[in-house]
Amino acid sequence: MATMTAEEMLSIEARHPQVFRRPAYKRFGPLLLFVGTLLYLVYALWFFSLPQVLRESHWERLPLFLTQWISYDLQPEFRLDQPEIMPKYPRFSALGDNPNPDWVIKNADGSFTVRIDGQAKSVTFDKTYATIVANGQTVPVALTSGKPVVSGPVPDWMTVHDDEVVAKMGFVGEVRVTVDRVKVRKRFLGWANFVFDTRSPFFGKSVGQVISLIISGPELKPGTSNLALAGDNIWNNAQWQHGDVWTKLLQTIVMAFLGTLLGGIVAFPLAFFAARNITPSGVLSQVLKRFFDFMRSVDMLIWALFFTRAFGPGPLAGSAAIFFTEIGTLGKVYSEGLENIDDKPREGVLSTGANGLLVQRYGVMPEVIPIFISQTLYQWESNTRGATIIGAVGAGGIGLKLWEAMRTNSNWANVFYMVLLILLVVFIFDNISNFLRRRLSRTIHDYNRIQAQQG
Amino acid sequence: MTLSVTAPSDGIHQTADTWRRQTSLRRFYTVLGVSLLLAAMLSSMWFADEANAGHFFDRLPHILDFLSWLVPKDWNDVWRALFDIASPRDTGTQEFNFPLGRVYVWGGFYVPEYFELMLTTVNVALVSTFIGFIFAVPFSFIAARNLTPHPALRLVVKRFMELLRAFPEIVIAGLFAAIVSTGPIAAIIAIGLHSIGALGKLFYEINENIDMRAEEGLTAVGANWFERVRFADLPQVLPNFVSYTLLRVEINVRASTIIGAVGGGGIGEELKLSISRGFGAKTLALVLLLFTTIFIIDQFSAWLRRKLVGEQAFMMGA
Repeated sequence: MATMTAEEMLSIEARHPQVFRRPAYKRFGPLLLFVGTLLYLVYALWFFSLPQVLRESHWERLPLFLTQWISYDLQPEFRLDQPEIMPKYPRFSALGDNPNPDWVIKNADGSFTVRIDGQAKSVTFDKTYATIVANGQTVPVALTSGKPVVSGPVPDWMTVHDDEVVAKMGFVGEVRVTVDRVKVRKRFLGWANFVFDTRSPFFGKSVGQVISLIISGPELKPGTSNLALAGDNIWNNAQWQHGDVWTKLLQTIVMAFLGTLLGGIVAFPLAFFAARNITPSGVLSQVLKRFFDFMRSVDMLIWALFFTRAFGPGPLAGSAAIFFTEIGTLGKVYSEGLENIDDKPREGVLSTGANGLLVQRYGVMPEVIPIFISQTLYQWESNTRGATIIGAVGAGGIGLKLWEAMRTNSNWANVFYMVLLILLVVFIFDNISNFLRRRLSRTIHDYNRIQAQQG
Repeated sequence: MTLSVTAPSDGIHQTADTWRRQTSLRRFYTVLGVSLLLAAMLSSMWFADEANAGHFFDRLPHILDFLSWLVPKDWNDVWRALFDIASPRDTGTQEFNFPLGRVYVWGGFYVPEYFELMLTTVNVALVSTFIGFIFAVPFSFIAARNLTPHPALRLVVKRFMELLRAFPEIVIAGLFAAIVSTGPIAAIIAIGLHSIGALGKLFYEINENIDMRAEEGLTAVGANWFERVRFADLPQVLPNFVSYTLLRVEINVRASTIIGAVGGGGIGEELKLSISRGFGAKTLALVLLLFTTIFIIDQFSAWLRRKLVGEQAFMMGA
């Protein structure tokens, strides 16, 4: 490769001074921006006291919560200080009133075996002695000396406290042993009782049994057909609350739809008066534009809080909040769309002696309607996402339900169920809106092409 | 070339007939569409009204009663609430305890409580937009059809960004509130993750429309992927990237206010409390501050975007 001589370099530099001798602000601008950003980040670090927050946070909870999204656990407890050892389940256990799971085995000698993961992870105990099996190790625990005593070496998956021995078995569960009780937590993948809850007469039946009951079985509840009963039981499932969740989801969808549509209806005529090239008076245009800015700048949250107070919590408040914000947003976009139109069709219609309204109808509307619809669909799409969060402040819809379910930190499976539903809705609406907008943009595209061809 | 409709050869009457038929068909579809939309709208209104705690026509006459608590007995209380100046009405109740919230910085100099809260909200928005920008830029180059280093990687990144965009912010905020304690950090994580998805999508759409000649030139001299992106693509798209990021700042200030209202700290939480308890002066002060801040940020960002990319910065959607 040929190397350049110094003269050649200088001559290139002389020919293109704008590349080599740029003003100082252009040369140092990026550097200054970089340093500024860095300084701001350091400030933000201090402002949010990030190191302290991170130190005090509980990251160990994250995997726990995430596993709870897709699994549930059962927690039988065995009292050892009663005359006879009996399993006891929490009151609202997923197994219903009469639990008799096959992984809790009563042996012939009166001792119990609980299989947490088949044979590999289990605990066998009577009143004096417990044997915990996991990870290929068998650990005996004596319960007779007033506190649990592990004989032999303690493996690292086991923790010995003063009065309790805790054996962690990973995802599948754990065993806690004291002298007077054994507590087992066994975790199952999936959602418990998603279709029928424990109070339903269909509970615990296989799919085939349920179907045959619905088709030809005797009436389980006199006076109601089995199909209606099954539908009612699913809809009112106490744990999953399908009926309530779906109604709230519909509310969220309605809020976004109604708010955007009404906003569009109100913003549409106003936009003509706000567009600089169409308005009859410049003052009116300025006033309307500031009005649009006002409606947008008073945040959706403020509107939501106000309307929640005015109408009481519910989708009406949410719709009204989206409606008011949308007047501002759509008014602004519409009027900007109108300001960018081609004036020639208008002049043509005007030259035929048409009055003001007819000029707008035939000279302006054919050009802007596809753009308006496209922008309205875009807002509709983004409001469908936004309506969820507005709901959490009381403006109706699934947001509040989601927030309540999360606040207790115990109902993550329900949260995930609702998240999946929201994702599904957003996905469907995105696709509808994208499809319609693609169709419309083809119209806009064709129009532009024809215009370009005609010069 | 001009656009022409092929007319039937035998006569102008048939042409007119065809035209009339087409027009009436179109009119029929328009009427059908509009009436369907109207029906959907009316049934939605009915549904929303049914499900609401208070009904529209029952509550409508009381709208003004509701506004009455908002009018303070003394308009000066609005300024006092805004700047944490003691009010003569202060009897220790929460409604008028303005000076209590002062944040002392240096000796007797303090930042009023609401300004501090507003600053928190704005900082949440800025930091989360920054997070969004930092991750969205590399993702967008991987996700763009014309620039991607590998098609499979492109698909993964695209789906990932879609998920981030669609995932409700409030769930991420709630999840992290349980981990890093409620407050602005959870809000930053939630809004930041969402911004990665939202900005990433806009960015890769820009990337797919760039002029490929610079890229080809650099490929010809043997530049690797990073060099091509850095020297051929980034200079073309950076003004648009920055413009969209500024737009995102506007959106994120609003998002961080809302997340604040459900436990993310900042001004949203205070506003929600104040409205739900009916503190007129405090509410007006908060609304005034929030409104002014959002207005200033919007106008400043609009001005900056116009300088960067011109009027096209305002074409949304279409």
